[in-house]
Amino acid sequence: MAMLSRVAEHLYWMARYLERAENTARLVNVNGSMILDLPKHVRPGWSSLISITGADETFYKHYPSAAEGHVVKFMLADDENPGSILSSIRSARENARTIRDIIPREAWEQINELHLKARENLASGLSPKWRHAFLSEVILSVQMISGILNEGMSHDDGHKFMNIGCNLERADMTTRIIDVRSLNLSQKDQADALKPFENILWMSVLKSLTAWQMYRRHMQASVSRDAVLKFLLQDHQFPRAFRFCLDKVENYLGRLPHSEAVLQALSPLKSQIDAANPEQLVQNELMEYIDQLQIMLGDIHIAIGKNYFGEVEEGQSQTQSH
Amino acid sequence: MLKPSDSGKNQHLAYLLLPEGEELFNLQNNHNMTITWKDYPVNGYFDELISFEGEPRSGAELLLKHLDGMTETELQERKAAADAAILGMGITFTVYSENEGSIDRAWPFDIIPRIITLREWRRIEQGLKQRVKALNLFIDDIYHDQKIVKDGVFPGELLVDSKNFRPECVGVNPPQGIWAHVCGSDLVRDHEGTVYVLEDNLRVPSGVSYMLENRLVLKRVLPELFEDYTIVPVDDYPSQLYQCLSSLAIDKKWPNVVVLTPGIYNSAYFEHCYLAQQMGVELVEGKDLVVNDDDCVYMRTIEGLAKVDVIYRRIDDLFLDPEAFLPDSALGVPGLLRAWKKGNVALANAPGAGVADDKVVYTYVPDIIRYYLGEEAILPNVPSFRCVNPDECEYVLANLDKLVVKPANESGGYGMLIGPKASQEELDEFSKLIRNDPRNYMAQPLLLLSTAPTLIGDKVEPRHLDLRPFVLSGQQTYVTNGGLTRVALKKGSTVVNSSQGGGSKDTWIVDWEGE
Repeated sequence: MAMLSRVAEHLYWMARYLERAENTARLVNVNGSMILDLPKHVRPGWSSLISITGADETFYKHYPSAAEGHVVKFMLADDENPGSILSSIRSARENARTIRDIIPREAWEQINELHLKARENLASGLSPKWRHAFLSEVILSVQMISGILNEGMSHDDGHKFMNIGCNLERADMTTRIIDVRSLNLSQKDQADALKPFENILWMSVLKSLTAWQMYRRHMQASVSRDAVLKFLLQDHQFPRAFRFCLDKVENYLGRLPHSEAVLQALSPLKSQIDAANPEQLVQNELMEYIDQLQIMLGDIHIAIGKNYFGEVEEGQSQTQSH
Repeated sequence: MLKPSDSGKNQHLAYLLLPEGEELFNLQNNHNMTITWKDYPVNGYFDELISFEGEPRSGAELLLKHLDGMTETELQERKAAADAAILGMGITFTVYSENEGSIDRAWPFDIIPRIITLREWRRIEQGLKQRVKALNLFIDDIYHDQKIVKDGVFPGELLVDSKNFRPECVGVNPPQGIWAHVCGSDLVRDHEGTVYVLEDNLRVPSGVSYMLENRLVLKRVLPELFEDYTIVPVDDYPSQLYQCLSSLAIDKKWPNVVVLTPGIYNSAYFEHCYLAQQMGVELVEGKDLVVNDDDCVYMRTIEGLAKVDVIYRRIDDLFLDPEAFLPDSALGVPGLLRAWKKGNVALANAPGAGVADDKVVYTYVPDIIRYYLGEEAILPNVPSFRCVNPDECEYVLANLDKLVVKPANESGGYGMLIGPKASQEELDEFSKLIRNDPRNYMAQPLLLLSTAPTLIGDKVEPRHLDLRPFVLSGQQTYVTNGGLTRVALKKGSTVVNSSQGGGSKDTWIVDWEGE
């Protein structure tokens, strides 16, 4: 029996929100540890996390400054921030609740548990001492849930929608992380002071994507801007590399019924990424290029909505604005 | 002396009131002390586990012995484990409040099970099958020739005012002549141990998922209790339900069965989801379905429209189809009734089935059983007064403070008057209500509902309970093994509805002959 459109949409969003919660947790974790590696006077601080998620406007409406405590609160717990960890988990749970009959029972229980636990332990997440433990728990929980979903659910059409959602979200986050670190390095007041520490910044990019170890194995190069960009954008084997995510999306789409229209939206993005030579792009060109990638990701999202869900629900459409 | 309409030996119940000021039974503070059942206050009620003499009832011996052996700390640990399991499994129900909107609440569960022996259960099961069979014949008759009215057994004028009689359904022939495929009847036991049917729910009865989950939770937190007993399992309900539903699409080998829910804000959404999941069928909302020009029902899928054969609908009649009923219902599917009448889709329960769960119709069920089956009811009704009869109405008005008054068509315990507990204002208000619309009310004596030991804080106290078994009618009839036991957690209260502070217990049907 073919899958209900509404169910397909909930699966897609559940996966996106779970992925978003994990990515945000990684981002906060890595930023915290990177800052400690930089000398006090050049620390880029926490504001870049706000820019990454495209939430500047909401943030500065509610907080006086991008001090660590404020940013962390905003990223972890703020209900006004639809991309905060708690908001993402809550949205994932709401979507899961609507399709409880479709996903394995254990997956629902773990999503529900994650929701309860994250709320309960929030105080420790907000204290610098326990933050790492809190965030690691979120990351591990999401990974466990995706394990249960991938291993416990039939690899039917619903499974494909889930994985398409997950990989689009992941591709999106990869571009955002690159974007912000480039921003740090291109801003006039920071650029010169940060220059000597550029590699530390790029290393933190790798780490926030758990790409450090795989980068070392596969690139066999020291950390440099060009190699990192090449790896994160064009690698076909690393699961958080942009190109890998696209391959996945294409693969799952190809096995869905009537996917021609969506595949058509995907192909310019593929050529765009394959043809690019990011190492030749200077900093602000790189940022423009990344913007293009994000817009094209948005196009794929819209094409999926039109093709399968009837229409894209306004309330859930890209809360991380482009 | 005026007699209740279905009079019987329990007429005197009308004059018994709840005794006040029960002694609490305290678990001693010393953590090594255990429960002494001899001190448990039975207080003139029939307790499900403990006799009037303070002895365990048949079947309860091992359970009580086991509980005896547990320290207070252990009991509390198990209770906490059960609460955690329920929260973690997301077993919830939704309540509405004007201030806070809808809230998802954890399901309240008591870890001490309620026990019924298999021998007693077999008789109850027969009684339920008999009752539901007669009710289905009644509904089918009401929407066709109304022989029972012509024969003077059932007053036809009651139908005119019935909120749940659907003129749209007259002359429709649902598959196998069955209208109420899923019935949840509420049973209570009085102080003498007699089991009565308190009411029948023939529209969209809920609670069965909690029956299943209660068992799952108890097996998790008190596995050792199960070792000494042969407890009849409950978990074949979803397969039985699926079989029942798919038998409604007679000509199809693999019918497309769906569960139709009003959505996540409905108080029973958890259950809708649960049943769809357990049956492996789609859970749909109204907006997922469409009735096409061919008068068939389709669901919108990622591959286009797919035909639907059977709908287990958990939406009330009036919201089912804006074309036929409430025009502004956004929950339903335009044209659904049309498709059903043409026989293109089966609806369970059939629209209009609720005509038989009217609380005034209820008072006629013993007559209905006699009329269609030529048998006496195995399970008695609670003796009831029909306000539509002027002399019974006068009696009710004169004795309001001793009676329970129920409106004909409310469920969930709403709109009821519990006379002995009501204020003068409430009594006056009901007096007026009854006088204005006598057909809409019936009254019953306040039953002394049975109790069972329940863990309240750190004490074990008696609490009143009822039982809702579920009866499936398709090609075959199936009764759940036990049902959902609901318990009024508030001391002295007899209101067991979860929306009003009720809890629940696992219900054990045990194969136990006292050897």
